[in-house]
Amino acid sequence: MRNSSIFLLFISACGLLLSLTVIDAAVRRSNAADDLQRRAQIVRQAGLTDLALFTEARYTRHLSQSDLHSAFQDHPMAMEHFPSGSLVQPPRSDDQ
Amino acid sequence: MMAFLRKQQYLIDFTLSSLLRRRGKNFGLLLVYTMIVFMLASVMLFTESLRKEAGIILQQSPELILQRIVAGRHALIPAEYLDKIGRVRGVTQKKARLWGYLYDPAVKANYTMMVSEDRELSATEVIVGAGIARTRGIGLGDYVTFRSHDGKALSFQVKEILSHDSELVSSDLVLMSEKAYRSIFGVPDGYYTDIVLSVRNKKEVRKVAEKLALKLPDSRPILREEVLRTYDSIFNWRQGIVFVLLAGAVLAFVIFAWDKASGLSAEEKREIGILKAVGWETADVLRMKFWEGAIVSLTAFFLGYLAAYLHVFYGSASLFEPVLKGWAVLYPDFQPVPFIDGLQVATLFFFSVFPYTVATIIPIWRASITDPDAVMR
Amino acid sequence: MLIELTDIRKAFNQGKPNEFWAIQGVSLTIEPNRITCLKGASGSGKTTLLSMIGCLSRPTSGRIALDGKIVSGLPERFLTEIRRHTFGFIFQKFNLIQGLSVLENIMLPAYPLGLDYGTLKSSAERLLDQFNLSSKRSNPVEWLSGGEAQRVAICRAMINDPKILIADEPTANLDTKLSREFMDLMGELRRSGKTILITSHDPLVFESPVVERVVEMRDGLLVDARS
Repeated sequence: MRNSSIFLLFISACGLLLSLTVIDAAVRRSNAADDLQRRAQIVRQAGLTDLALFTEARYTRHLSQSDLHSAFQDHPMAMEHFPSGSLVQPPRSDDQ
Repeated sequence: MMAFLRKQQYLIDFTLSSLLRRRGKNFGLLLVYTMIVFMLASVMLFTESLRKEAGIILQQSPELILQRIVAGRHALIPAEYLDKIGRVRGVTQKKARLWGYLYDPAVKANYTMMVSEDRELSATEVIVGAGIARTRGIGLGDYVTFRSHDGKALSFQVKEILSHDSELVSSDLVLMSEKAYRSIFGVPDGYYTDIVLSVRNKKEVRKVAEKLALKLPDSRPILREEVLRTYDSIFNWRQGIVFVLLAGAVLAFVIFAWDKASGLSAEEKREIGILKAVGWETADVLRMKFWEGAIVSLTAFFLGYLAAYLHVFYGSASLFEPVLKGWAVLYPDFQPVPFIDGLQVATLFFFSVFPYTVATIIPIWRASITDPDAVMR
Repeated sequence: MLIELTDIRKAFNQGKPNEFWAIQGVSLTIEPNRITCLKGASGSGKTTLLSMIGCLSRPTSGRIALDGKIVSGLPERFLTEIRRHTFGFIFQKFNLIQGLSVLENIMLPAYPLGLDYGTLKSSAERLLDQFNLSSKRSNPVEWLSGGEAQRVAICRAMINDPKILIADEPTANLDTKLSREFMDLMGELRRSGKTILITSHDPLVFESPVVERVVEMRDGLLVDARS
């Protein structure tokens, strides 16, 4: 088979797979609706305010409850202390 | 029309044969290119998913939270503050909460301890998050010991383990009764961590916060919209690791494009001369070079994006785990939900394909308009 | 197809201090279906003239006409059209594209035409067969011997079925036996209706019985035109 035919087949296959991901995403989204509901419910019941992503310190664990000062209360270099400090910042206030 | 399509296919034939001549170099280039697209796409898909999900589930957060600030630090709030709030228009409910952090030296992890009245736990029962159960290897009915503020070891029985699919928010939670909390932390009766208020009308929340700020000047109100805003800007491209990643990727693309655009070797010039001498027009040469750029960048984009999709949504973005986990011990085991922003994908496609493709055409321009009789000499 | 050159002049680096007139006034008529040889030492301008006849470059002044139609003043696109259909080139150094197979090299000139693949492939394979190269069709051209590469170059020149074949110093890289074989091939092609124009300073070429006319050049001008 010609090189170009192989390539064009490959690209078509990729395009097909890409469309499949779109469909797959839609299917997974609708399947996840229940899970999302359950998570939302726990949030409501327990009054949670943050995702449990960064459990290193209190100001990384509860981002929305901390302010700029929380980090510095523990240690002057606290922001850079944990790797997550470079991923997330304290919440911005309205005038920032 | 058919002739045009057939011609493009011939040009692709030639370009592929040409690329395959330097198999190693070109496959290496393709690999690096694909990895960069993979990295960018993974970050893009993962952060968008988290952001959207946070936006949805944190809608159920309390409308208004009041913290008491003493000397710039978050301090305990006395029960009288509830009375001081009194009746504020729009507030349907107000409640004082107890929650805090406990460091467990056994596994070097931080737990979030919360009092949950509606679970009706006895003074010796707790509910733990799935992450804690996994890390400490405890199951239902097991006993878990916490060291209290006065050095005593207090044992609690695990009444329930929070479900695995809620790990994103509850992985490190320990729920207990008020009595248990106070005995662990020694928080005196009448003092609480913060006050939570329910406001019926969303638009009134700010007004309520303002009123409360007047009534309780040493308090700091946190609105739900601030909570949501925090997570809307999570992994923002403007800062930290994500910025470095992006800058690196942009630089890599620039280097690739520069390498392509910075002129031709003598051999390439000669080949173009040959092509023109045997009957190819300038336009044909340009088109062929366009295909060279397009073939590499299109392949890299498709492979990189598809791999990223699998990585993030089927592999829970496991390559990012070390970065996100950092120094923590607990990390939620969760599967991101595919919320995909088509515009972001289109932007990624544009930036990975267009600059490189265009860069391959630029140096050819000059070479392809010179007279082909140079090959005669 | 009749080729007519009228007072052709060609200068390089015109206007600059190193201005050089390679062709200083050549008028020539080349009859169709003949083998004509341009003879001359290197520097005589024969390659330059050949390049202009084959529409690879343009004269500084003068006219070139093919079958009465003037081609020297045409824009590049039309020149390429004409070149594709009218001329087949066999270069001195063969100029095959390295890394590509024999078959691809032969089909190359026809790519821009967008012909049906099957048809084009069979034309190429017919040529391969005609020149005894069928077994080499998938080989990369680097693997070919001098004589084989020469024949591939001829096939490539023939793929668009041109009326005129132009060969520039074709025997420069061949030994005596292969040179004679080449001239025999040229004779065959002429018998099949082609017009052939060869430049050479190799006596094996211009003294060959196959050559019907020798045109001698020196210092950018014709010396003689004898049949």
